[in-house]
Amino acid sequence: MTQFLEITVKCHKLAKGHGEGEALVSKDPICFYLVEPKTGTVREKGHHLEGMSVAGKVLVFPSGKASSAVQMDGLVKLLLNKNAPSALIVTDVEPVLVGSAVLTKIPLVDRLERDPFETISTGDFVKVDADKGIVTVAKT
Amino acid sequence: MELLVAMGEAFDAERMIPVTRAHAASSGQEGDLYFVEMLARGGAFCKIPTTTNPIADFEYFQKVINIADEHEEASVAWKTKNYYKQIGAIMSQSCIPYLAENIPQYGEHVAFSESSATPYVNSVIGALTNRESIQTALAAGVIGETPEYGLHLKENRKGTVLVKVEANLKDGYSYSLLGQYIGKKVGSAIPVLVGIPKRPTIDQYINLCAMMNVTGAIPMFHIPSITVEAKTEQEAFAGNTPKDKITVTDHELRQTHEELQTATGAIDAVILGCPHYNLDQMAELAKLLKGKKLRDSVSFWVNTSATTKLLAERVGYVSVVEESGAHVIVDTCIDMFCWNNLRGKTGMTDSPKCAYYRRFGPVRVGTVEECVAASVEKGE
Repeated sequence: MTQFLEITVKCHKLAKGHGEGEALVSKDPICFYLVEPKTGTVREKGHHLEGMSVAGKVLVFPSGKASSAVQMDGLVKLLLNKNAPSALIVTDVEPVLVGSAVLTKIPLVDRLERDPFETISTGDFVKVDADKGIVTVAKT
Repeated sequence: MELLVAMGEAFDAERMIPVTRAHAASSGQEGDLYFVEMLARGGAFCKIPTTTNPIADFEYFQKVINIADEHEEASVAWKTKNYYKQIGAIMSQSCIPYLAENIPQYGEHVAFSESSATPYVNSVIGALTNRESIQTALAAGVIGETPEYGLHLKENRKGTVLVKVEANLKDGYSYSLLGQYIGKKVGSAIPVLVGIPKRPTIDQYINLCAMMNVTGAIPMFHIPSITVEAKTEQEAFAGNTPKDKITVTDHELRQTHEELQTATGAIDAVILGCPHYNLDQMAELAKLLKGKKLRDSVSFWVNTSATTKLLAERVGYVSVVEESGAHVIVDTCIDMFCWNNLRGKTGMTDSPKCAYYRRFGPVRVGTVEECVAASVEKGE
């Protein structure tokens, strides 16, 4: 029988809600406009996640980046195509991403009590409860 | 209001404060439409002067391309534009509104979205704004308030990263490369730039501001003794210890330039004016194109604001540019359906931002002189 190690970490709510899924960790900031809406695949050249899909994932990344206009467009296009990530965990807060997450109702948290890049690996199963301020990580 | 309260909660703001002008960086795409439509249907109306970003000049493009082919994207853009009108936004359709249509004052609390606008009004003018999204800026325009957090508080306007500039900044394009490099290197931060030998020109500032927010998320910067909020490096950091120190030499700028190139040789199209060209840049372009003829195989477009074009017409720049065979476009963003006919073609631009969000295929990026040189008839 496989042993699962489950870790619970407190966090700070930036945008409310609850989401869960497989973790996808990016060392690069993300501009959701450069994610292909029809597949959820990151199409930004040279990006850490280039060619990988964000659909249904719990994304762990440093922060949002790029234009103040199209971050929201990117997330809305992903939602319309049912390819949006299920939750977002960041280390640096950036208002454009916060506003876009609030409006698209995608839970977004920061200030994890433990460094998310050390605690969470791609493939772990992660639950984000922004309202309670709790992230649960099941290591695989 | 719900959005602004959520923003305030996310950033632990204690209260709402009044803002006196806003700029919504309208993109004319799905996310933009979703929010502005919701506001318009709910009967919202702008309480403070609220300008908009370029979307597309439908009338002009109807004459030169078949818009019907782009029906889906065009109708989203068209509806968005009309909802902005309905809620009483000032239809500046410019991404450099801080030069003409919506100019904040030093010390004024505002809500400005748009890549170049946020750092420009914070750093060059000394107004106070957070790095707003279209939606938070528009909500502030309707409500006349914003949560008090981030750059509305003096203690958060200190420098966080030291950037030593040793590169030779000879033109507008080198400032674009500098911005591109800094954004990539520091991500989200308030850089303090030392070693800039003289006051940048307006278009150099615009390029620096815009490109820092293509590769990064930089709401503000200081150039001690040049930008308004810091006379010295010490004052710029105001007790903060720099989290990081980077040095930019000609080598980094050259490398950044090389990384941008995805094509060489002959080109099919040139797009300039991302961000919109100001009057000085229109003058420079007119000087470069005077008496020259563009090749038939190259379509050449320069984007500017309606206000700038009006003045450029009066001075005679527009006729010089148009006589060469180029199009002078207003109200339009480079990231719009009207450029879809360039898909797959080789493009050239002086803007790394245009290259990043490009609608054409492979791209060359260079100075405006190089863009012109690649486009004019041989022997001229």
